Amino acid sequence: MTRTWNNRAWFMVFPVLALVAFNAIIPLMTVVNYSVQETFGNNLFFFEGVKWYEEVLASSRFHAALWRQFLFTGTILLIEIPLGVAIALAMPRSGPWVSVCLVLMALPLLIPWNVVGAMWNIMALPDIGLLGHTLRQLGIDYNFTRQPGDAWFTIVLMDVWHWTSLVVLLAYAGLRSIPDAYYQAARIDGASHWSVFRYIQLPKMRRVLTIAVLLRFMDSFMIYTEPFVLTGGGPGNATTFLSIDLVKAALGEFNLGIAAAMSIIYFLMTLLVCWIFYTLMMRGQDQ
Amino acid sequence: MARIDLEHIRHSYLPAATSDADYALKEVHHSWQDGGAYALLGPSGCGKTTLLNIISGLLTPSHGRVLFDGRDVTGLSPEGRNIAQVFQFPVVYDTMTVFQNLAFPLRNRGIGEAEVARRVGETMEMLELTAFAGRRAQRLTADLKQKISLGRGLVRSDVNAILFDEPLTVIDPHMKWQLRSQLKLLHRQFGHTMVYVTHDQTEALTFADTVVVMYEGEIVQIGTPEQLFERPRHTFVGYFIGSPGMNVLPVEVDGATARFGSQSIGLPRAVEIAHDVRTEIGIRPEYVRIGTRGMPLVVTKLEDIGRQKIVRATLEGRAICAILAEGAEVPAHPRASFDPKGINLYADSWRVETEDGR
Repeated sequence: MTRTWNNRAWFMVFPVLALVAFNAIIPLMTVVNYSVQETFGNNLFFFEGVKWYEEVLASSRFHAALWRQFLFTGTILLIEIPLGVAIALAMPRSGPWVSVCLVLMALPLLIPWNVVGAMWNIMALPDIGLLGHTLRQLGIDYNFTRQPGDAWFTIVLMDVWHWTSLVVLLAYAGLRSIPDAYYQAARIDGASHWSVFRYIQLPKMRRVLTIAVLLRFMDSFMIYTEPFVLTGGGPGNATTFLSIDLVKAALGEFNLGIAAAMSIIYFLMTLLVCWIFYTLMMRGQDQ
Repeated sequence: MARIDLEHIRHSYLPAATSDADYALKEVHHSWQDGGAYALLGPSGCGKTTLLNIISGLLTPSHGRVLFDGRDVTGLSPEGRNIAQVFQFPVVYDTMTVFQNLAFPLRNRGIGEAEVARRVGETMEMLELTAFAGRRAQRLTADLKQKISLGRGLVRSDVNAILFDEPLTVIDPHMKWQLRSQLKLLHRQFGHTMVYVTHDQTEALTFADTVVVMYEGEIVQIGTPEQLFERPRHTFVGYFIGSPGMNVLPVEVDGATARFGSQSIGLPRAVEIAHDVRTEIGIRPEYVRIGTRGMPLVVTKLEDIGRQKIVRATLEGRAICAILAEGAEVPAHPRASFDPKGINLYADSWRVETEDGR
């Protein structure tokens, strides 16, 4: 069979290309453009090469924000994933309570981020908030607007409250897809509860947990609204995560070059870490 | 290995069962001999898996007792009963190797590593799995996975019984045959009590010495493949076993004669039957002779199935099947006669004894 080359086919691809160009390539290239130039008003630009990148990568402010970011993401992953799996395991497998549990679990996911931030801000207020007031009544010197530790505690608690449900729902879906025969076979093989978890439930949940980790990693790595509303990045810079720092640089200080370079670095980092996670978690399956 | 007695087992999945219709198992009272190979045959939903799970202990029956060698095990878990079960879909532990899979039930029971290695080695040898010992179980084909499931039962040499729940459903046809022969061989070699659930008559008839046919939550007949074929106790068995199934024709019985439309069919001996009972005769297609003598019939279809031909026809307005022997032809004005030794009489679907000494 002879192959006919016909370049007119490219026209068919054009609409998609245009779409992708407008929603991904052009905005991204704009940022790339800013990141290599010095920008002044009146559309004056001077090419600066990699100067902004060097500056960002060398700045201790960026290092501190990056460290806080990883600390935060690591902490919430370490809490939310095991907690989510534990709750999913404790949920009933069938019966009328299933829907009740699912609805309860889905509720936090339906609340907009800024509302979540505002809710927790009010709840954690040391003088009138339910959480803040109760903690102080218990004799704990709690004040999230003054003490960095308390601010961290509140933000992590808020994130766990907001997002553990997602892990629960994913893990529950994974558990439900395990046929009964596996549990029956395990009973006949004399497996303990731990063995059932270790050799049946956990391997069968692997895919959904990979998705859960990736989603939670990306979301928490880009977290902005909730800490912005709750603490505004304070006290001091204690809860200034990468995106908050970025907005401070771009809008607060109008350092477009620095902010653009930071964005690109930030973007590449998210991509890289996601890829590493994905490769690590899928490696076992491809053997 | 053990003899298994089921004493008046009834089971309902409903918490408050009242009528017979609520019961998945109506009444099963039966003994499985030690070392027997049984097939539990029936259509989907007849209660055969329920019965199997009651034997294995995955289900506790609503009524009745299960005895292993005379010991009441009704309340015991599957582990306590020491049985093995192979399920419809192969169950393997994905993250383990084949060796670890087979070792799992032994290690769970705290058996020493040297003994584990010896027994797993033997079992793998028996099932021809040795070449895969170090491979992850996850990526193997369905038939190998099913062998692993079976191996996890066989590796415990002291199991009371091995139960199979339609184990060949997901296996390729050519592998089915191999696995089935291997099962038979293992049974002959080690003499485990085996109960094999299936809805496939070929599987049941080739695997088992004794076939137990179930229908709507009841055992309708227990017998050798030959008995099921020649003397079905219930019209359902007649339909279900054999291909095509038995012809069942409504008749009126008068002494030693059965009247079917305008035809009269002779019975082996006179029988007394109450008036308000529905009577039928059953005759397998193999015993319907097509020739130039007997009752006139209209042939509607001829199916060539290789060595034989299946004749589909109407006799007195009823559909009937006959099997034409090799080389025989349907004559121009076909007539049918029934071989007397193939005639069974049914009253309300249950067989009426028409022979002496049976």
